[in-house]
Amino acid sequence: MLLNMGPSHPAMHGTIRIMLELDGERILNSEVEVGYLHRGFEKTCEQRTFFNLLPYTDRLNYVSPLINNLAYVMTLEKMLGLEIPERAQYIRVIMSELSRISDHLTCLAAMAMECGAFTVFLYKMKAREFIWDVIEYTTGARMTTSYIRIGGVRADFHPDYQESLTKAIAETRKVLQDVHGLLDKNKIFLNRTRDVALMPAEEALSWGWTGPCLRSTGVYYDVRKAHPYLVYDRLAFEVPLGERGDNFDRYMVRMKEMEQSLRIIEQAMKKIPETSHRVMSEGIEPVQAIKASRRKKPKERIELSPNLEGSEKEVYKDIMNPDRRFVVPPKEDTYTSIEGLINHFKFFMKGHGIRPPQGEVYFSVEGGNGELGFYIVSDGTDNPYRLHLRAPCFHVVSALERLIKGRYVADVIPTFGSMNMIGGELDR
Amino acid sequence: MEEKKILEELAQRFPKSIKETSSLFGDETLVIERDFLLELARFLKNKPYEYTMLLDLTCVDYLGQEPRFEMVYHLFSLPANRRLRIKVRLKENDLAIDSLTSLWKNANWLEREVFDLFGVHFRGHPDLKRIFMYDGFEGFPLRKDYPLRKRQPRIPLRK
Repeated sequence: MLLNMGPSHPAMHGTIRIMLELDGERILNSEVEVGYLHRGFEKTCEQRTFFNLLPYTDRLNYVSPLINNLAYVMTLEKMLGLEIPERAQYIRVIMSELSRISDHLTCLAAMAMECGAFTVFLYKMKAREFIWDVIEYTTGARMTTSYIRIGGVRADFHPDYQESLTKAIAETRKVLQDVHGLLDKNKIFLNRTRDVALMPAEEALSWGWTGPCLRSTGVYYDVRKAHPYLVYDRLAFEVPLGERGDNFDRYMVRMKEMEQSLRIIEQAMKKIPETSHRVMSEGIEPVQAIKASRRKKPKERIELSPNLEGSEKEVYKDIMNPDRRFVVPPKEDTYTSIEGLINHFKFFMKGHGIRPPQGEVYFSVEGGNGELGFYIVSDGTDNPYRLHLRAPCFHVVSALERLIKGRYVADVIPTFGSMNMIGGELDR
Repeated sequence: MEEKKILEELAQRFPKSIKETSSLFGDETLVIERDFLLELARFLKNKPYEYTMLLDLTCVDYLGQEPRFEMVYHLFSLPANRRLRIKVRLKENDLAIDSLTSLWKNANWLEREVFDLFGVHFRGHPDLKRIFMYDGFEGFPLRKDYPLRKRQPRIPLRK
């Protein structure tokens, strides 16, 4: 019998279609069809400037947009040779670990729910809310953050971030403990995941698997350890490994990874350098400043409305590289001095802006799903000549046909769930 | 330093087939002859180099240059923890290259993607068809001469 699963199916995390050839409940053959969410990401990026295409990267893996931002931005920084301030590096680490946790939580929550564990789903969504609170306080958005910018990050942490972050860590720990208790020895869950969809290590490498899926087969490869970026080499963490590479191992590796991520965040919170500025300081109003500047440039700090983007000039030195060629100047400068205004226009004018040297570069970070890499070809102008994304779940999902062959229809669900297929990233 | 040595070693070993080596921005790159790809990939995959993973595979369209297309392969060696980029230039009138599906399984989908978006033909690919676009899509969208806002004709409903 031929059976279509998807493209719109409650257990398909995105729009993906699996055509199954069945003999009773057993899958003889299958074909996976992707591309329902293809939006021409790479083509679109070729038409945008390096600065303008950042919001598109949010929409790749929409559960962990901060890591996508990071991968793109760091690829470009490698090309430009930009150094970023230490505080910004720690902020980036904390943000990408938070994203990783939210990514894993979402994946496992959906996987557990599809196996019938609705409680686990709700618990994990609860933990994710606390994490997204921290992200929202700082970046101003829950999902489409565009927070990590070329040369640094968009804004410093929210003044009370430590409180909300500590709370998020504590709540997540509690949820993880609860979930371990609910699932680890749960007969129903074990029956559907233990020894289902086994993947040997050799084969996983041949499929190009990376991230938690590869580590579940026992291969020690984590981009954070293999090619340390940011300040990961100064933080102690372990890389959890699985043994058999079945669905349960993929679940377990993700669970353990979240604990390691929490550990990283805690260390980073202690090690992060203090800001050199006072968070809320008194200054003069822009109108007064402009009036005063007719005679002499005012020495006082100019206070802009906190709602206005980039009103914290003093914060910039902690979180942004000062190189004017690559970074948007603080808004105070743009509004009150001619140099700042010229700077601003030079940055945003077509054909000016960020122009990396000619050549091509590949850089990757450890995303929620595995090695998230960007390959950028620059021809010396302000938009990329070619931009290619190495989407980790593209490689993982391509092995789905092989994994479900010979299994029952019911096994498709947890297998597919454990892969963490994200449509935005898979189809680009 | 060690990475430099690998490029030199390879260039010495296959002087005829390796056209250029470079390490711009620290990425080790080889430019090779087209028909040498499969042999080199097989050689690199085994000992002593053990580039066991095909990280990525893509294509770049240099419209107006000859040869027009460039295939880009990224390999990764787990034991040595290093990456290697291999580039192969392809002419527009002879847009075909050996498939790597016999060596790496993920090459299947990756090559389908390049076929779909660039129209490169892979020799020896078991199931070369479109992956992101639908059957009946005309043209290759990631080529530089494909207009950004081009409309496609409607495809008739299946009966």
